[in-house]
Amino acid sequence: MALTDLDRLARVMNPWREFGMLNQAFLGSDRSSGELPLFNVWLATDTATVTTEVPGIEASAIDISVMGKTVTVRGSREPEEVKDVGAYHRRERWYRRFSKTIEIPFTVDADKVEAKFRKGVLYISLPRAEADKPKKITIKSE
Amino acid sequence: MAETTTKEVLKKEAVTPAGIERIRSTKVYTPAVDIMERQNDIVIIADMPGVDEQSVDITLDNNVLTIYGTVEPEIPEHHRLAFAEYGVGDYQRVFTLTDEIDRDKIQASVKNGVLKLILPKAEKAKTRKIAVNAEK
Repeated sequence: MALTDLDRLARVMNPWREFGMLNQAFLGSDRSSGELPLFNVWLATDTATVTTEVPGIEASAIDISVMGKTVTVRGSREPEEVKDVGAYHRRERWYRRFSKTIEIPFTVDADKVEAKFRKGVLYISLPRAEADKPKKITIKSE
Repeated sequence: MAETTTKEVLKKEAVTPAGIERIRSTKVYTPAVDIMERQNDIVIIADMPGVDEQSVDITLDNNVLTIYGTVEPEIPEHHRLAFAEYGVGDYQRVFTLTDEIDRDKIQASVKNGVLKLILPKAEKAKTRKIAVNAEK
């Protein structure tokens, strides 16, 4: 049926759909929640990419440290400097210091970690350590 | 000790008015805003990570101000999403303005995924003194 094919295609193109469905099953709503800042982790065979949204901050204000299998992102987000404010009608944005650690399923090669910060989104690319890669074992037949 | 924020953060999905649907199934979120009123203007600051000055659309129709930010989801090649705490999608928020805003002087700027809107207040009509004549 054409409809279900399109549906399947949509699922492939939108990986967050399953995330929303899972959340719906557990929490009864497909909203995202967690401790700031929120992380998404993408896995490939030999790399992991961690993405997080930290708008309004300079790349130099973010501190990323890697140890073994864990990645820690630390920083501080200050509220935008606006002078002579008379009244606040909404204060929804979060700010102040943040620190969050996440563990990924393999040991990271700390020297090859790359991080990019674009439009307020941080992308951290974490390659797998050589020692952690599975080794092929040749079988000798007797 | 570092002070960490521990309150639960929800990335809220935009609510569509009853009966109106979106054609595409892209997720649309409501960006968090700070709205500050000063003597001469109103400042709106919205968090829209993934948006730059080209992908944000600000329209003013009658008294309705609509902010729409388009986000291109960046999916790393050959990766699969293993763990997600937030979804990625467009941002939309709609406000109704009063007559006290000077529409022609609205300024907008985007930096690092944060949109800053300055809405200057219109110059109030000068108060007129009315001369009173004594009636004969």
